[in-house]
Amino acid sequence: MKMTGAQILLECWQREGVQHVFGYPGGAVIDIYDELTRCPQIKHFLVRHEQAAVHAADGYARASDRVGVALVTSGPGATNTVTGIASAYMDSIPIIVFTGQVPTALIGNDAFQEVDIVGITRPCTKHNYLVTDIKDLARTVHEAFYVARSGRPGPVLVDLPKNIQQVAIVPEFPDLKHIKIKSYQPTYDANPRQLKRALELILEKERPVLYTGGGIIHSNASAELLEFAETLQIPVTSTLMGLGGFPGVHPLWMGMLGMHGTYCANMAVSQSDVLIAVGARFDDRVTGRLDAFAPEAKIVHIDIDPSSISKNVVVHIPIVGDCKNALHQLNRLLKHEAPRDWAEERRSWLEQIRSWEKKNPLRYKKSKDVIKPQYVVEKLWELTQGEAFITTEVGQNQMWAAQFYRFKKPRRLMTSGGLGAMGYGFPAAMGVQVACPDEIVIDIAGDGSILMNIQELTTVVEHNLPVKIAILNNAYLGMVRQWQQLLYDKRYSQTSLMAQPDFVKVAEAFGAVGLRAEKPEEVEPVIKKALAANRPVVMDFRVEPEECVMPMVPAGKAMHEMLLA
Amino acid sequence: MAKTEKAAVRHTISVEVDNIPGVLSRVTGLFSGRGFNIESLCVGETLDPTVSRITLVTSGDEQIIEQIIKQLRKLINTIRVVDLTTLDHVEREMVLVRVKAEDKSRAEVLRIADIFRCRVVDVSPATYSLEITGNREKTNAVLGLLKIHGILEVVRSGALAIQRAKKE
Repeated sequence: MKMTGAQILLECWQREGVQHVFGYPGGAVIDIYDELTRCPQIKHFLVRHEQAAVHAADGYARASDRVGVALVTSGPGATNTVTGIASAYMDSIPIIVFTGQVPTALIGNDAFQEVDIVGITRPCTKHNYLVTDIKDLARTVHEAFYVARSGRPGPVLVDLPKNIQQVAIVPEFPDLKHIKIKSYQPTYDANPRQLKRALELILEKERPVLYTGGGIIHSNASAELLEFAETLQIPVTSTLMGLGGFPGVHPLWMGMLGMHGTYCANMAVSQSDVLIAVGARFDDRVTGRLDAFAPEAKIVHIDIDPSSISKNVVVHIPIVGDCKNALHQLNRLLKHEAPRDWAEERRSWLEQIRSWEKKNPLRYKKSKDVIKPQYVVEKLWELTQGEAFITTEVGQNQMWAAQFYRFKKPRRLMTSGGLGAMGYGFPAAMGVQVACPDEIVIDIAGDGSILMNIQELTTVVEHNLPVKIAILNNAYLGMVRQWQQLLYDKRYSQTSLMAQPDFVKVAEAFGAVGLRAEKPEEVEPVIKKALAANRPVVMDFRVEPEECVMPMVPAGKAMHEMLLA
Repeated sequence: MAKTEKAAVRHTISVEVDNIPGVLSRVTGLFSGRGFNIESLCVGETLDPTVSRITLVTSGDEQIIEQIIKQLRKLINTIRVVDLTTLDHVEREMVLVRVKAEDKSRAEVLRIADIFRCRVVDVSPATYSLEITGNREKTNAVLGLLKIHGILEVVRSGALAIQRAKKE
């Protein structure tokens, strides 16, 4: 039977199990949107800005472990997706962005709403495609899904000229189990010799630290990580992307490391004699000044992406492979080792760690008169038993969420970690809520970031997605102000956000619930009210204006050169 | 441990890629986007018309070269990456050069061409155009000698390289 390109696309989506799509129509995708009216199996969410469609697909992918899908038109529709794509690329999130394109005959003619989106997104996608022959369409779409979710996951863009959507052929759909690309074969199985060498090294050292990242989340390796850490009694720290991969309430947990990591985690890394990096990439926000990073440690690095290994830091034992698989193999090897009393052997190292923890725990000055932003996050944790799905914007709100919402489970934190895109949190929360309709989803936001995609209140109200937004409103672009406060003699250049809308009225104008807390005693009732409402809610917490995120390793300093609270 | 500073070394890297539009741009984009050098770059189809070979010359310390190779391998359209510098290989470059050749220098230019086995590919009353092939040392040596007589234009192909066959 003959099918048009638009029909083939939707058929491919269904074969891939796509149920939800975030998008925005336009002239160059009108045929796909027309076909959607005859495809009730796929639910489309009409966003109000294309950037939000991509962040929503990203949040959806992280929470559900499925590929997120966005659909937009050509030209401006396509360029508006770039921030979302770049964010997903930095954080290795499997999403696919389908963009409309002018008809193939017009490509290169500067046609109306034409842009070379494949060219623009080449450096920020894992891979991208321009389909110029209808016969390639089905294979390309399935290949895109395969590339997005396999190996180190990442965003893929598929550009679809309008005539390709319209022309009809008798399509051939490839067998999904046998999608293969000869030039792309990710390594899943770690080399057994390397694993053995790594284990030998780890067993002979006295001050090991596990430093984990987003790879733990992507490969669903939490159980294997827990087993490994508990068996050998190794303390664990993680990057922002890895939070929740190890329970934030476990005695071996040290908190996040890096620029706003805990004193304990940064000291432990600095003094470790073997650092086991799993699914992390030694980002500059994590390592601080490179020559002072873990100076005494031998480094074992497990990662599925060979280019992450020895990129910033020289690695002694590189292990290329899937984190879950590698940790599973290490656990198996451990079973063949002669039993040792690890609790006893680690006693002095773990005592040292606990004393660092005691000396400088994560803390803030409590107040009875003014709401502390950290207090709001603590209350959110308490009132959701630490079980909510949290998204964040970028800046102070993001760091306080990371520090004080002690994530117990993986896939509970969605944040624009690598790119640091303000405006990520709210649309991502929307995507999470679509993936997990019965869960509590909270966007921990700042008063700056939330305005970058506030228009999506329309979308959540339209679909009654009961996302909660907690604005830690300090009337500042807080993180930049913090740098100005601490490093630029308090010259607050363009970081005052005193001119701001009434967020309660904004919420109400969009048809959502608006709540405000101005005093500490109002925080709990406001959160309770928000959680009880089965509707989208905006909570405006008027917090201490000049509060800083502490500890802090100023950019370019060594990790042990922390400014403490 | 931080990466240690090491001297930049010249490497000739052979990259087999899918012969489809946009691939060259992925390769060069990677170099510019990550701040790697490209000294020269040659592209051509292989025996298999679905595969192209890019021979590129770059320089960097050990760690940078390792990153370059890993990043090239990471591209979905890359089939094979070989660092020929680490292997026994033959490297050639072609240079086309138009050099002044008047009165006294006319014979001397020809003599240089002859000594280095260059070919004369074009003649005019005041110039010779020569084709030079060889490794970098040779082509640079010839150009150095011709410079004295006045070079009007130089066109370099960039390096091509092939791995030597195993002898036993």
